[in-house]
Amino acid sequence: MSAVTDPPRSWPFDPTRFFAARAAGHGGLLGIGYRDHGPDWAELELPYDPRLIGDVERGVLASGPILALMDMATSVGVWLRLSSFHPHATLDLRIDYLRPATAGRSVIGRGECYRITRSIAFVRGQAHDGDPADPIAHVAGTFMAPEGYR
Amino acid sequence: MKLPPYAEALGLSVEPGPEAPVLVMPFGNEVLGRPGFLHGGALGGLLEMAAIGALNQMLEGEGGECRVKPVNVTVDYMRGGRDKTTRARGSVTRLGNRIANVEAIAWQDDEARPIAAARMNYLILR
Repeated sequence: MSAVTDPPRSWPFDPTRFFAARAAGHGGLLGIGYRDHGPDWAELELPYDPRLIGDVERGVLASGPILALMDMATSVGVWLRLSSFHPHATLDLRIDYLRPATAGRSVIGRGECYRITRSIAFVRGQAHDGDPADPIAHVAGTFMAPEGYR
Repeated sequence: MKLPPYAEALGLSVEPGPEAPVLVMPFGNEVLGRPGFLHGGALGGLLEMAAIGALNQMLEGEGGECRVKPVNVTVDYMRGGRDKTTRARGSVTRLGNRIANVEAIAWQDDEARPIAAARMNYLILR
């Protein structure tokens, strides 16, 4: 009989490899891709796609894809701050829509993790469509790790 | 209720209701997050669409032309969304002259056990 080993609870996190491997699922439908990262933040890009329009008259993207973008950017921000991947779930996410996204432009989302406790990660972020000084959305939220972050 | 392209991308269909429509989202690759579970973004998108559906139905009942703009949304995720159909319905808490406060819940088996809920504020341009 071979020894049974539990799968590791966490492992080193590399955002570029993570996004290269994630073409399937909702993120794949939205076409969300990696742009940049730092020690506690990640910047992702949501390309403009007519299939994602929420306001047909003005050609403006629906808010759902922007919510998905910011959920992913802030989630990756948590793993970067931890320097390792931990399974976790979004507890809550709030978005303030500062102005509509411009039709035809990609949305850039930057998510940051500013505090981690034993089981909760606190995140915030902004989304813009070309000029970071003129954001389209601001987010704040929390994630929870059922087995703890540390 | 006329659905925008994003709703079609999520595969949504509409079940009319007396107060508000119920939006139905099948499980599939388009809405998959981590393996076997719904993506939080897709679920948030569904809740927002359900909230707008409820608000539009109430505004149509009032007559008169107006447009709505989302101000903000807060989504609470309560249970992981599993490999099954998800339904969502909005309800208008208060409709004023300029602002509407709307809630929405999403459930899978039992409406009394929601998997996620959202609160939204809308600006109304009459």
